Amino acid sequence: MSGLRIENVSLRYGARPILRGLTLPDLRPGEVTVLAGPNAAGKSTLLRAIAQLAPYRGRIALDGEDLARMPIRRRARLIGVMPQALPAGSSLVVLESVIAALRAGDGFAAGADAQAMAVLERLGIADLAMEPLDQLSGGQRQMVSLAQAIVRDPRVLLLDEPTSALDLARQVRLLGALRALAAEGRIVVAVLHDLAMAAQWADRIVLLHRGELHSSGQPATVLTPDLLARVYGVRARVERCSQGRITVLIDGEV
Amino acid sequence: MLLHRYHQQNRRRAVLVAVMAAMAVLGIVLDLMTGPSGLPLSETLRALTGAEVERATQVIVWQVRLPVAALALLVGAALALSGAEMQTVLENPLAEPFTLGVSASAALGAATAIVLGLTLPMLPAQWSISANAFLFALGALALLQLLGRLRGGGPEVLILFGIALNFSAAAFLSVLQFVASADALQQLVFWTMGSLSAASWQGVAALALVLAACMPFSLRAAWQLTALRMGEDQARSFGVDVDALRRWTLLRVSLLAATAVSLVGVIGFVGLAGPHIARMLVGEDHRFFLPASILTGALVMSLASTLSKMVVPGVLLPVGLVTSLIGLPVFFWLILRGRARR
Repeated sequence: MSGLRIENVSLRYGARPILRGLTLPDLRPGEVTVLAGPNAAGKSTLLRAIAQLAPYRGRIALDGEDLARMPIRRRARLIGVMPQALPAGSSLVVLESVIAALRAGDGFAAGADAQAMAVLERLGIADLAMEPLDQLSGGQRQMVSLAQAIVRDPRVLLLDEPTSALDLARQVRLLGALRALAAEGRIVVAVLHDLAMAAQWADRIVLLHRGELHSSGQPATVLTPDLLARVYGVRARVERCSQGRITVLIDGEV
Repeated sequence: MLLHRYHQQNRRRAVLVAVMAAMAVLGIVLDLMTGPSGLPLSETLRALTGAEVERATQVIVWQVRLPVAALALLVGAALALSGAEMQTVLENPLAEPFTLGVSASAALGAATAIVLGLTLPMLPAQWSISANAFLFALGALALLQLLGRLRGGGPEVLILFGIALNFSAAAFLSVLQFVASADALQQLVFWTMGSLSAASWQGVAALALVLAACMPFSLRAAWQLTALRMGEDQARSFGVDVDALRRWTLLRVSLLAATAVSLVGVIGFVGLAGPHIARMLVGEDHRFFLPASILTGALVMSLASTLSKMVVPGVLLPVGLVTSLIGLPVFFWLILRGRARR
């Protein structure tokens, strides 16, 4: 059983239910899955549950092994998380912070410094290596948090709004990097608000609505004008492009 | 190339830490040289190394001044280490034993011995004040953790409880001060100003033991503490068991702070200023930050101890007064700088 399985997951904040018995089709290695849906649909919360950062009921398993029962250090080697934003207050330099991401869980790791530097080079931010985190722009910090997420070479990569602070060139570069990371056999799950971008980069879109699964599948089957009107309340056109890809254009509210 | 620069930076930091260690040694020598009867450097060093000196010099260095100087050094080290670790695990730059009510609770404990005469049975009389202060300080930190656990909600809640605890202890202390006799009141006020004058070799040994027991665990957690600077969730996703890290760190910090405060009374702001100076010098990689904090605290306390003997010739000022006067500007500077950044 290879892949990430999410079964009957429920989660509430106080009395307010956020996820209601959510079951998804298995997420498979090599695929980029985008979690989409309107505000408060439970996208980020689901991501936090998979990362074991929020307590939930139900079962989330990787290759048949329950993630909730896994020792935290082993889990850290299997799952990388890129949060929406890094806290701004640290004066650690970028390279230090990525080395810490590598060594905090596993104790001594020989070659950690070189490994961290290689990740910065791979993401094209090697020039930032000696810059303090609190002097970076929001977009630069986002790239650094991606570096922290992938430096342990995880099998699963979870990303919350990874492009929210990036300019267009960096968005394209980051999404390209995600595709490459997936192609190496990883399971990539990202929350994305921009549906046009999701349509272009995702292998599969999981559309959440009020804490439940609304629909899932290839972008062309999920992102239809009818469905966008029902879930988001917008008038949209969906155009077919080359290579079976689609693009989404929003005209206005219903 | 950049990796080379990173390693260079680490070497520079290691050198800085070594320099600070040397300065701390100089600080203790300076502390030994000052006093009502000034000792020249050569005599001080001869007495320290066990060479032939006058009997009076021998007594002054070994029995009068060295316990005081050693206790000053250790108290500074202990308070600064607790401040540094508290600031990291509570994710707040203003956290330290003093601001979270540990010192105020210790003072309340001392007051129960001085004013009410409540003492633990089977304890020599000279230790009764310290013992009560220690128990109250430790109790305060235990209460803090318990309340934090019951309420949930992370470090902000702990900070708020700490501030509430500070005020509560101060309020009860006022009550005891009000009912105290004139003699007891004088003794109590003197205790709350923090003083090294009651230093003894037993006290030095006790604090040295606690410090030696805690430090290896602090340094072993250096990478985990560094990771926590990226926030709780990030640290968790790196594989850090944040709850356990917080619990153990606060236990170490409690022991250190309670021991230090119970021996010398209320010493403000060393736990705050030490870590902040260290952070400016060596950054936030805790492999360097923790030793640098320890050494800065030790040096600051040595200098404060020296100053307390020099400001008014012939009078030994309470060392807590001196550290507060040095520390307060640092405190304000931190608040103002924080404002400017936002």
